[in-house]
Amino acid sequence: MARAKQAAKTGASSAETVESLGKDQLLGFYRDMLLIRRFEERAGQLYGMGLIGGFCHLYIGQEAIAVGVQSIQEKGDQVITAYRDHGHMLACGMDPNEVMAELTGRSGGSSKGKGGSMHMFSREAEFYGGHGIVGAPAPLGTGLALANRYRDNGKVAFTYFGDGAANQGQVYESFNMAALWKLPVVYVIENNQYAMGTSLERSSSETHMYKRGASFRIPGEEVDGMDVLAVRDAARRAAAHARSGEGPFILEMKTYRYRGHSMSDPAKYRTREEVDEVRKTRDPIEHLREKLEKDGVADEATLKAIDAEVKRIVADAAEFARTSPEPELSELYTEVYVEAAQ
Amino acid sequence: MTDILMPALSPTMEEGTLAKWHVKVGDTVASGDVIAEIETDKATMEVEAVDEGVIEELLVEAGAEGVKVNAPIARLSGGAAPAKSAPVADEPKAAEPQASGDPEKTSPAEAKAEPEGDGPAAVRPKEALADPEIPEGAKLVKTTVRDALRDAMAEEMRRDETVFLMGEEVAQYQGAYKVSRGLLEEFGERRVIDTPITEHGFAGLGVGAAMAGLKPIVEFMTWNFAMQAIDHIINSAAKTHYMSGGQITTPMVFRGPNGAASRVAAQHSQDFAAWYAHVPGLKVIAPYDAADAKGLLKAAIRDPNPIVFLEHEMLYGQEFDVPEGDDYVLPIGLAKVRRTGADVTITAYSRMVGLALKAAEELAGEGIEAEVVDLRTIRPLDHATIVDSVKKTHRLVTVEEGWGPMGVGAEVIARVIEHAFDYLDAPPARVCQEDVPLPYAANLEAASLPSVEKIVKAAKAVCYRS
Repeated sequence: MARAKQAAKTGASSAETVESLGKDQLLGFYRDMLLIRRFEERAGQLYGMGLIGGFCHLYIGQEAIAVGVQSIQEKGDQVITAYRDHGHMLACGMDPNEVMAELTGRSGGSSKGKGGSMHMFSREAEFYGGHGIVGAPAPLGTGLALANRYRDNGKVAFTYFGDGAANQGQVYESFNMAALWKLPVVYVIENNQYAMGTSLERSSSETHMYKRGASFRIPGEEVDGMDVLAVRDAARRAAAHARSGEGPFILEMKTYRYRGHSMSDPAKYRTREEVDEVRKTRDPIEHLREKLEKDGVADEATLKAIDAEVKRIVADAAEFARTSPEPELSELYTEVYVEAAQ
Repeated sequence: MTDILMPALSPTMEEGTLAKWHVKVGDTVASGDVIAEIETDKATMEVEAVDEGVIEELLVEAGAEGVKVNAPIARLSGGAAPAKSAPVADEPKAAEPQASGDPEKTSPAEAKAEPEGDGPAAVRPKEALADPEIPEGAKLVKTTVRDALRDAMAEEMRRDETVFLMGEEVAQYQGAYKVSRGLLEEFGERRVIDTPITEHGFAGLGVGAAMAGLKPIVEFMTWNFAMQAIDHIINSAAKTHYMSGGQITTPMVFRGPNGAASRVAAQHSQDFAAWYAHVPGLKVIAPYDAADAKGLLKAAIRDPNPIVFLEHEMLYGQEFDVPEGDDYVLPIGLAKVRRTGADVTITAYSRMVGLALKAAEELAGEGIEAEVVDLRTIRPLDHATIVDSVKKTHRLVTVEEGWGPMGVGAEVIARVIEHAFDYLDAPPARVCQEDVPLPYAANLEAASLPSVEKIVKAAKAVCYRS
């Protein structure tokens, strides 16, 4: 029984320092978060112009999570998430051109235009989607972890879902098996406070997501998801736990999405003041930018150069996504089945 | 100078109301700043600046209704922004919402060269597809369907280390229907995994493991319980290869007993062949005898696609000849003519094949020679074999244990009409479960399910014999 850890609200501040992290790494976090922010803003614009269709769920406000967790992953660790996935693709190091072209449904997209915003994958980056069904990533990610255990390869499956998905039954089916078999999986619950338009308080009898594994003896931790260094720190501990054979770990990332659930959002379920307040006081990018300047890691010129670089990358991605041709009609019929090798 | 355009809140939105401006002329804006609020009857959305600059001009007044999507609503000076911010003004106009691609031109109907039942995407049997020759003198061993399935799994697990079995009671209990008997002893608990009773969850775990390159065999105690897992079978397993542009595969087998057992009533008695055969990305197999059960399960385990493998509890204990050896692998997608005859074609699969063969014997006694086609694979459906048979017999009876409407028989008949319309001498007939939930009472259950008698009657009817 001693192995069962209590769900703990540690709120531990980052153990890392500017010195231990180093300038390049810190600037890298800033750049990666800014890239997601600018990319998503541009995606929103392209949507407005009719170049992106269907649903488009933007990651704006939540950038520190994907970037922070990715920063402690080891080669071969897997990532899986739901439909708010553009940021994760970029954090995995995928080419922004491919990601944007998938949004516009072009042949240059990561799925050749056949998946769209909610269905992105990268075999090379061990990114397993990109799933449109709320809750589905939980068992799929646990299955990736089952494969890791089967192969005894020391890899961890980082399995993301939101506070809304956390009320799906399959999440708890997954928790049970992951704990039972001590699978190497870290569940990252991105708690952005709203399941579509329903606030946490209106949807969840237990609003502390990090406690949701208690019935399965899965330890959990609440993390400031707006602080990339806190995210990184917690993710490292959780990954070490999972990798060492102790089984799953839950990270509740407290975060906030600035934009609507998807593009067509009535925005009646929260006030503008609430959104403005978070943007002003908790923005993950501004937060890091201030820290970098205060700690003397980077001066304004350096940060501006990064801003300009990111802006250029995003402009190029938009241009690529606009000009990449639509898929050939023959693509309609390919990849429905895998051709048998024999 | 950059034009800021009226954005669309949804792909169908054509115009909206500019409810409010949050900026005025002369304001400096940075990307991410909220500059305006727009609304339709359904939703409101904030418009954020994407480029930096100074607001030069507001082209639409606050409160203006009916502002067309992509119409310029404000003008931004270049400001401090680098010269090459993605230009907005030259983007497609509202009148031509797509940059390219006329929806008319991209309709599948036109892209498809000819209407084939399964569509060009489905794997259709190749000309050369044939059952392997059973060598002269090869030993045939009487084997139950149950043991044939077990042997198939054991042989493939010996052959391929990435194959493993998971499901309820598959290990210590030796299988709820004893299909996995002995596997735990041989392969250990790493490869023969007892799961909790949690179909949705373990089906999802299986798909995840397949995405990672393993080859799971996911056993459902019966297919009735797989309805709790159907989302992962369809949305996660069947579609991922396509959605990922070919990057991610899900090589796996979902298997278990399907259809009506005996006296277990509505919730435990259902044929799911038509359900899964509806879905591109899946292959659906429903064998009848032990040799097919073995040869096709081995093929399913080796296949790189997700396979729905429908067994039948009432067949598990039946014995058939199976060629000895561990290399008996059958092609997926090939029907088998189990009895030849010139007067009427009867198609069937799984347990219904046995009924059809008995019916054929009775019909022979009355001078009607029936040809019995065992579909074996429901998707891709081998319509070539069916059509060839109907071209010979000119009459068709389909048999299935499931409900008739939108069923396997309906599809078989559609294919025959598409490919052999002129050959039919009578309207085809369907023998299927009555259109009711399966009742418990013995007499009602019997009345609800297909029977030899019903098949004989249908065959005579299409032959215009009474």
